[in-house]
Amino acid sequence: MFNRDRWQEIFQTISKNKLRTFLSGFTVALGIFIFVILFGLGNGLKNTFESFFLNDATNLIWVYRGRTSMPYKGFKSNRQIEFKNDDIADIKYNFGMYMDYISPGINRNQKIKYKNEYNNYSIQAIAPGYQFAEKVYLMEGRFINEDDTQNQEKYTVIGRLVRDDLFGKKSPLGEYVDVGGSMFKVIGVFQDDGGDNEERRIYIPYTTRQLMDKNTDKLDQFVIGFKPEIGYTGAMMFEEKLRQFLKDKHQIHPDDRRGIFIRNVADNLQQNQQFASVLQIIVTFVGLGTLMAGIIGISNIMVFVVKERTKELGIRKALGATPRSVIAMILQESIFITTIAGYIGLFAGILILNSLGVTLEDYFIKNPYIDMQTGIFATVILIIFGAIAGYIPARRAARIKPIVALRDE
Amino acid sequence: MIEVKDIHKSYKMGQNSLKVLKGINLNINEGELVAIMGSSGSGKSTLLNILGMLDEAETGEYILDGVLIKNLNETKAAHYRNKFLGFVFQSFNLINYKTAAENVALPLYYQKTNRKERQEKALAYLQKVGLGEWAGHLPSEMSGGQKQRVAIARALAAAPKVLLADEPTGALDTKTSYEVMDLIQQINDEGKTILIVTHEEDIANMCKRIVRLKDGVIIEDVKVEQVRAAQYVQ
Repeated sequence: MFNRDRWQEIFQTISKNKLRTFLSGFTVALGIFIFVILFGLGNGLKNTFESFFLNDATNLIWVYRGRTSMPYKGFKSNRQIEFKNDDIADIKYNFGMYMDYISPGINRNQKIKYKNEYNNYSIQAIAPGYQFAEKVYLMEGRFINEDDTQNQEKYTVIGRLVRDDLFGKKSPLGEYVDVGGSMFKVIGVFQDDGGDNEERRIYIPYTTRQLMDKNTDKLDQFVIGFKPEIGYTGAMMFEEKLRQFLKDKHQIHPDDRRGIFIRNVADNLQQNQQFASVLQIIVTFVGLGTLMAGIIGISNIMVFVVKERTKELGIRKALGATPRSVIAMILQESIFITTIAGYIGLFAGILILNSLGVTLEDYFIKNPYIDMQTGIFATVILIIFGAIAGYIPARRAARIKPIVALRDE
Repeated sequence: MIEVKDIHKSYKMGQNSLKVLKGINLNINEGELVAIMGSSGSGKSTLLNILGMLDEAETGEYILDGVLIKNLNETKAAHYRNKFLGFVFQSFNLINYKTAAENVALPLYYQKTNRKERQEKALAYLQKVGLGEWAGHLPSEMSGGQKQRVAIARALAAAPKVLLADEPTGALDTKTSYEVMDLIQQINDEGKTILIVTHEEDIANMCKRIVRLKDGVIIEDVKVEQVRAAQYVQ
């Protein structure tokens, strides 16, 4: 193995047969490269998935409104459903035992201005419970509290990126920002693992928003945090009862699927976990498939290489090469090439994955990666199979009588 | 040097078996230059392959330099070939990606000679065949005659007991053939035992002994007056 002469012999064959070396090396490098990329992208998809559904609380029921699609009790179809403050009170009254908190939501996009800096951000008018629903972490100050909503205070909690945009390094606490014409006092700064979009918004008390909207009592949506101990079945039951209650209250036909939309995170969570495991299986299959293709590729090339060298091997045998030395030469050469090429493919793949970083986030691929172990394992597998694939034809070539090999033109 | 007793060999062609050698008896002493002649199908190449341990006889005895060659496994045969025999082929059989010197050094590599010695010997043998300046050239850059001379240098490099040449001039024109034969005669003059398979009378006459084969048996075995090739070579 560490015979200098043999290595010299191998380097010579490698360098004098560049096409052959390139072909077998390229097959292996490509196989590993594709494996790493696909596996990494698969992992990225999984990451996106997890960050989508795991950065918010999982005991949530979102309630949205829409337009009816059926006439009912004298109302025409296509009627816009409106939520009002009394809906909150009614839900609290009827379903209090299932709930931890409820928060309404009214969303607007408006210009926010501080001194000369301004930009458009999403302004979410909410109640204190929203902090738990979005899993908001406060970096400075405090969140909106019950007193703020009660007194319709012009207070706001701003996202980390909003602070960066408007205030730079300065602490914004106690400063006033202009939100659509009204001045709001900044009482807190938050961060959110849900991504940049969720840190590019500000929160204000929903009551203040209603006051700004000509003292209306209308609401856009609710989010309800149910008690985790009611479990999956409890959550499903709660959802169903809530749906019936709201349909009844807003005079929506029981069979109408449009007037009210309810998204139950508990239900989504279970589906999503199933989906994630299916995703994992697909990623694994893709990986195995690529490896198989690589193995078949390198096997073909090895058969071809040995076939091409039959005559040369015959000459070597006539000159006194033993079958062992013939096999050893072919194997050592093939293992050498596949090892080098395999690692080139591995590192090229990892390099590409790393350079991708966040660029594919729009395609739901977040932080694609492959752990070193998997990568090296795949490379070693390919090297071993490359060696086996080389050994079989090499053994046959070593057994051929030199006279037969020499006749081979 | 070579002792062959009652050698038989047949090839299986589907159901039938074709008898190629039907009892060959041959003794060759050290320093002889023997031409084995015969038309195609006479079994001359088969005989040479058996003598070269590239093929094995079915029955009969083959003693090379006092060693009985029988039931060899591939590894053993490789060792014997390397130690006892040098081959020269009609189609030269040089390794095309190796230079002349590297081709000549190859049998020494399999003898586990160290590198420096290999290079020195290879160069010395190339000089001996008059190609010292061509050491660094690839076979593709040489003429047929030059290639055959490299092949002869390679066959000699391992210092074999016997040189076996299968139609060494078969792919060469007359003039080059005589040059190659001149070289072979010189090597023979130094005492090397050489066997040449040929079907050309003029080449055979440049040997010291002619063995004629027909249909797998020796029909004639005569010593001849050697024609020196040097007189045709300027």
